[in-house]
Amino acid sequence: MTPGTSSFTEFLSTAAPELLPGARGSLPAAVTEVAHGTTIVAVTYPGGVIMTGDRRATMGNVIAQRDVEKVFHADEYSCVGYAGTAGIGADLVRLFQVELEHYEKIEGSTLSLHAKANRLSFMIKNNLGLALQGLAVIPLYAGYDLDAGRGRIFSYDITGSRAEEHGFQAIGSGSVFARGALKKKVRDDLTQDEAVRVGVEALYDAADDDSATGGPDLTRRIYPVVAAVTEDGFRRFTDDEVGAVVEAVVAGRLTNPGG
Amino acid sequence: MTMPFGYASPEQQVRDRSEYARKGIARGRSVVVRSYADGILFVAENPSSTLHKISEIYDRVAFAAVGKYNEFENLRTAGVRMMDVRGYMYDRRDVTGRALANFYAQTLGTIFTDSIKPYEVEIVVSEVGEDAASDQIYRLTYDGSIADERGFVAIGGQSEQVNTSLKEHHADAQPLATALRVAANALRAGTPPGANGDRVLSSANLEVAMLDRTRNRRLFKRISGPQLDALLAETADTPG
Repeated sequence: MTPGTSSFTEFLSTAAPELLPGARGSLPAAVTEVAHGTTIVAVTYPGGVIMTGDRRATMGNVIAQRDVEKVFHADEYSCVGYAGTAGIGADLVRLFQVELEHYEKIEGSTLSLHAKANRLSFMIKNNLGLALQGLAVIPLYAGYDLDAGRGRIFSYDITGSRAEEHGFQAIGSGSVFARGALKKKVRDDLTQDEAVRVGVEALYDAADDDSATGGPDLTRRIYPVVAAVTEDGFRRFTDDEVGAVVEAVVAGRLTNPGG
Repeated sequence: MTMPFGYASPEQQVRDRSEYARKGIARGRSVVVRSYADGILFVAENPSSTLHKISEIYDRVAFAAVGKYNEFENLRTAGVRMMDVRGYMYDRRDVTGRALANFYAQTLGTIFTDSIKPYEVEIVVSEVGEDAASDQIYRLTYDGSIADERGFVAIGGQSEQVNTSLKEHHADAQPLATALRVAANALRAGTPPGANGDRVLSSANLEVAMLDRTRNRRLFKRISGPQLDALLAETADTPG
């Protein structure tokens, strides 16, 4: 009942610290046999930004889950994806979502995009101890900056260091191959549909060369999660919309395997 | 038996505190909370566009208050914190208006009996349901009393006159524009004669928000500025 912080994380750290993602403390030994999320791709275009992620989680050489979702709504004007330890990543995203909404409700206004990116950076910092023991998680953050009038992408490392990316970025085990594909395909004048196509192509290339990244699963109809953030806010593409893009990409590869 | 100097019986203390709280609340303007076709509508007379009397608490739960700003703002912040922790700890679906109303009842009750002065506030907690039958409107007073209201409720200084007007014109499932007109007219009926003449209620002095069950996830939405004026203009020729 005392006036205090507008940050949910800060409030939780005094009221119920055991609920924070980093509250597990340090572990006796390094851990490897937990689910890991793999590749996330973001691409900006005039008018916004898109983010897409494959649906695979791996545990060592085993596929832990084939329909996991790693790209999420963060708030009305941004989205977040993660790669790395799935349990911690999912927790972190949930806390981040509440953090943004909490501030909005307490203050009656929204944070700037940079401030949101900084809050995420702070959360990653808190996970550094576990990251060094093998439970690393890296987010990718993208949103529409209402002040600047354009889409922006922020990437992080395990110490929480934040960097703004220009044009595109990929994270996760398949990111090397995805970035190679993106470099050749991203232009300054992409439309939203073209940006989605480029993102899905990059994921296809990542899955082509990285065993931990899942390719489009046409038999089960499991497609990448695709989200776009524009002036009108966040929108997640429906399965039918993504399905059409995926089918076009796969059909293209039948005659031209290199894309 | 001799009484110590300055002794007041518990009955007297409760009476004094109630009177003190009522006087404080009577100075402020009223707020109307009522059902309409798509959910629950909140209308307050409030010249400030930033110091809100109506606020979002959670996905389906909202809050309206009259009285002393710092006191109800304190309660609102505590409510947002409690509900966000519950939603984070359990699930978003497990956050209910009833839990929040109970929390406020406990808090206000404790403050009324334990503190030197009671909170000079009146609060409405409302949760919009899947259909009109499961909508909930709770009214809480300065001493922690809680009432489960049906259809509509007015709180604040002139709540009796406002309630009388609402009783006459309120109907279930009125469309938004009609519901707003009925609420705004009721607020005007509550204005003491001669206080501000026959002033017009517009976006400049009304705070309007709703819990709209046709929306997704966060159902709370404010209407202000030109959008509110346009909505008021739809029913401008209705006598009130």
